Amino acid sequence: MAKPLAHLRYVMASNPVTFLAFTLFGLMVFLGIFGPWIVPYDPLASTPTAALKPPSWQHWFGTDQVGRDVFSRVITATRLDLLISVSAVAMSFVIGGALGALSGFLGGWTDRILGRILDTIMAFPLFVLAMGIVAASGNTVENVVLATAIINLPFYARVARAEVATRRHAGWVQAAKLAGNSDLIILFGRIVPNILPPMMVQISLNMGWAILNAAGLSFIGLGVRPPTPEWGIMVAEGASYIVSGEWWLALFPGLALMTAVFTFNLMGDGMRDLVDPARRT
Amino acid sequence: MISHPILSVRNLSVEFRTRQGTVNAVNDVSLTLRKGQTVAIVGESGSGKSVTSYAVMRILDRAGHISSGSAEFSGIRLDQAPESQLKDLRGREISMIFQNPRAALNPIRPVGQQIADVLIEHSQATRATAREKAIEALRRVRIGNPEERFSAYPFELSGGMCQRVVIAMALACNPQILIADEPTTGLDVTTQRAVMDLIRDLTKSNGMASILITHDLGLAGEYCDNIVVMERGRVVESGTPHELFLHPRHPYTRRLVKATPHHAENLKALLADTVSPVREIDSVTSERSDSHQSGFAREVSPPVLEVIDLRKEFPRARTMRDWMRGEKPPPFVAVDSISFKIFPGESIGLVGESGCGKSTTSAMIARLLDPSAGSIWFRGKDISLFKTSEFAQGMLRAKLQMVFQDPTESLNPRTTAEQAIADPLIHLLQITDRREIRTRVKALADQVGLEPALLPRLPHQLSGGQKARVGIARALASAPDLLILDEPTAALDVSVQAVVLNLLADLKERLGMAYLFVSHDLEVVRLLCDRVLVMRGGRIIEAGPTKQVFDNPREEYTRELLAAAPRFLDGVPQ
Amino acid sequence: MTRLFVLLSRLSQAVPTIFGILVVTFVMTRALPGDPAAFFAGPAATPESIAEIRARLGLDRPLLHQFSTYLSDLAKGNLGESISTGQPVIQELAQRLPASLELTIVALGLSIAVAIPLGILAAIYQDTWIDQLCRFTVTAGVSLPTFFTGLVLVYVFYFLLGLAPTPLGRIDIMFVPPPHVTGFYLIDAPLARDWPTAWSAVKQLILPATTLALFTLAPLARMTRASMLQALGAEYIRTARACGLGPRKILISYALRNALLPVVTTLGMVFSFALGANVLVEKVFSWPGIGSYAIEALVVSDYAAVQGFVLAMAILFVALNLLVDMIYTIIDPRVKIDG
Repeated sequence: MAKPLAHLRYVMASNPVTFLAFTLFGLMVFLGIFGPWIVPYDPLASTPTAALKPPSWQHWFGTDQVGRDVFSRVITATRLDLLISVSAVAMSFVIGGALGALSGFLGGWTDRILGRILDTIMAFPLFVLAMGIVAASGNTVENVVLATAIINLPFYARVARAEVATRRHAGWVQAAKLAGNSDLIILFGRIVPNILPPMMVQISLNMGWAILNAAGLSFIGLGVRPPTPEWGIMVAEGASYIVSGEWWLALFPGLALMTAVFTFNLMGDGMRDLVDPARRT
Repeated sequence: MISHPILSVRNLSVEFRTRQGTVNAVNDVSLTLRKGQTVAIVGESGSGKSVTSYAVMRILDRAGHISSGSAEFSGIRLDQAPESQLKDLRGREISMIFQNPRAALNPIRPVGQQIADVLIEHSQATRATAREKAIEALRRVRIGNPEERFSAYPFELSGGMCQRVVIAMALACNPQILIADEPTTGLDVTTQRAVMDLIRDLTKSNGMASILITHDLGLAGEYCDNIVVMERGRVVESGTPHELFLHPRHPYTRRLVKATPHHAENLKALLADTVSPVREIDSVTSERSDSHQSGFAREVSPPVLEVIDLRKEFPRARTMRDWMRGEKPPPFVAVDSISFKIFPGESIGLVGESGCGKSTTSAMIARLLDPSAGSIWFRGKDISLFKTSEFAQGMLRAKLQMVFQDPTESLNPRTTAEQAIADPLIHLLQITDRREIRTRVKALADQVGLEPALLPRLPHQLSGGQKARVGIARALASAPDLLILDEPTAALDVSVQAVVLNLLADLKERLGMAYLFVSHDLEVVRLLCDRVLVMRGGRIIEAGPTKQVFDNPREEYTRELLAAAPRFLDGVPQ
Repeated sequence: MTRLFVLLSRLSQAVPTIFGILVVTFVMTRALPGDPAAFFAGPAATPESIAEIRARLGLDRPLLHQFSTYLSDLAKGNLGESISTGQPVIQELAQRLPASLELTIVALGLSIAVAIPLGILAAIYQDTWIDQLCRFTVTAGVSLPTFFTGLVLVYVFYFLLGLAPTPLGRIDIMFVPPPHVTGFYLIDAPLARDWPTAWSAVKQLILPATTLALFTLAPLARMTRASMLQALGAEYIRTARACGLGPRKILISYALRNALLPVVTTLGMVFSFALGANVLVEKVFSWPGIGSYAIEALVVSDYAAVQGFVLAMAILFVALNLLVDMIYTIIDPRVKIDG
């Protein structure tokens, strides 16, 4: 009972980087929830007279082309960016994981069909597929979430399938059958809890990628529309000002993006250590 | 005349840096090896026997280092020599072979080329002559068709052949010392003998000295002049096989000698003096004469299991050639229409080498696998008619249970011992009252000698023997009439095996169960089973009472199998 | 001989994949809720022109019929017309493809040239500074959004340092593109012995190629390092050491060759990333490839153009994967035909 907690503490202590990652994650969640209430300026309030001001004490991150406070916008954007990625990953994880587990357990036709579906999705460069899906189903934030979920599905399905297939013939699964458990219970009640640790690692690693994808889509104009504050679209708006030297419009949202992705990637590595120390990179 | 020692290990200690601190894997170990001599280092898992030889060869893992002591070879201090000098010595003067031969070879390089690499490295051949010499080396290890085999890849060769290739690599430059680390583990019994004989012949003909590292005392006794026994990193005793077997001094050695099944008269004899059998009352009657008598009485009652023409085929994948010819390849017949009976209270041994179909047979009988044809009559019903999924929930499931080979793999890593044992109570016997479950679990644990304090533990917190007991308790939970045991002690240390085997015999007597004991280890079968069935290529080629089959085998193959088992102290007066 | 059969079977396995791609692109454009005709007609269309387009595209016919029309159109090379320019989509794609290819190929080449040696060295000298550098590069590399990296590079090298040229296309506006032979300026210009143009093309290519290369560097280096570590820790390396083989021999003939196999497999995934990131890089640097074509098309809802782009990218990706598969089949002796 105390063992996992003690192990967690051990990993944190011996790995300050992981500890940093978890702290940053906590900070992001906090900003996501409380951000809009604690920012100094209204992220949508434009003051044309104060446009394109470099960072100063009044505006920590400077102002953008219509005089909005970049700092407030970056903080406010945390919620939307996190929401998009988390919902997309959650959908991928649940659906992809379930399909993969079924496929790995049953084999045969289920496996073949799922394999074909996954192969078809992965036959496209994934970002391009997301572009196509959003273009086809309409340029809304919901569809960005849907597209991101679809392109992330194969990762979870594949991991779930592999992990279940490895355990399918293990002695304890046979023993569970001998003890009178039905196949459904064995799969979802016994095997799935066993594969949750590697799936968790996959989530952390994948979340960073989902954030990058969503931001990339909004960078090229899909999903989020101005004046909504979102990191990708803010970088896109700031891009045209880079060549004239106004770096702060694009830099700060970009840094925020980078920090978010970095945090999740570090967390993924840390979780991998927690779960399976033999597999450290 | 005592020849000069060519390898002298004195007070060697090896430490490893781990997360939990420094671990002493080897502590103050000394041994001497003379020219032409074969020394065995015997110990169970964790004894440090392999680490000692890795230290001598200086191929320890990065986390390990020699903390004190010395290892001297022909005047050279191996523990202090620079890497460049050691590189010269390895392969040329001192060679080592490992277990798991296929993994020991580079999977994408032709095997002959790997031998040639060694020859070229030690200047025993040039690029031009290397191929020829490599083929010669392959011939010396008795690989047929060496010219063709030169360009074969490891995945195309059997385990035994891969080990021969590894031996060829090791002996290519005629070293003075050969260290063999568990060279026969994982190989079939007949292949084991072939490999050990090969090693012995080659080392003798070259005048080499060799060190054999093994957990099998019988193997050590047959092939070695001197045995060093290690326990937990220390040498506890050393001497000739004669001395150790007849007059063991250290209690660990005594326990090890007793636990080795060869030449044991009965199961009880396997147990060390200090370990008592599980139950004193209802003493175990595992004398073979006894069980033979009661076996005769039992034959009058109807069999608890009858297998008639049981058959299992697996479809083969089509190769390109089949596809072009428009043919379907014939299926692979794993079990070829076998028939036999098991009577109540009997213990039947099903023996054979890997691939003979014994595991497939046991899986079909346990109804974890559907047969292709034939019938399985259990307690008057043909259970082959049920589909696997139906049987899982049926009434008869409770009466037919199984104990698995690898105790680690047979327990759900996330459930406690108590939950594992309670599983069949909840799902098969449909008991819902939690207190009753608790009581029953405790009773079962008691029956198998598992301390109640261990019940809330997870599998990784239990030892191999404890996990085996949990598996047995779980199988007993539903009071089965027939218990299928698939190599239940193969993964256990010899001393633990002795205890578990006695437990199994004890339970059988007390609970009146029948056993189907699947194993490749003939010695264990000899001690535990009333009748034995010998399988080969999917067929039962010989069957009969154990004593009869072992003393007077009819079939050539059975004779081969029996001869392949190591003969500890052959010809030594007892 | 068996090897040839395996190659052929791999080729044939690409067929159902391509079919799947065609189905998906079809579904994407025709079988969705909403009026595809309105999409194809464009935002400024009148109800009559929408009806006309609907009839012309056969959108009032049953789905299966539409699909076979779609397939036969594709077979004829008809990808529809772009709304904004009125030109056949396939023509515009073909015109802009070389720009994207040039960028991607140079970037991948750079990436592989840096990532693989880095990964190998990091594995050999585990836990030294070079290993830390590799791990840092990898972690940073997978965290950086491509478009952000591109902008940072532009800011630093163009605005601050003045080293890089204006990020506005493949060659400086003062130059004229070389006569068309392959479409690759790096080849066509030297062929025409137009060295100033060639040099300009190189200069314009550096920043975008570096941006793209940085993105693909990370997964490659990580995979190489992991694969090399695994190879170095394998049991056959222990045997090789025990037989006294020299460190260089072990490294090259025993460890490296085995380590490269999983890396080749990773290349497929890397191509997927590269083609996606290509789109973003093209936007940042105003690179006139199919990526920026698609972005412009998206903005004006130029449906046929977007569809054509997705299809083209998918086919390109399949071709690249086939190539990787073939290479792998050739270098791994263990490859067999599966059932």
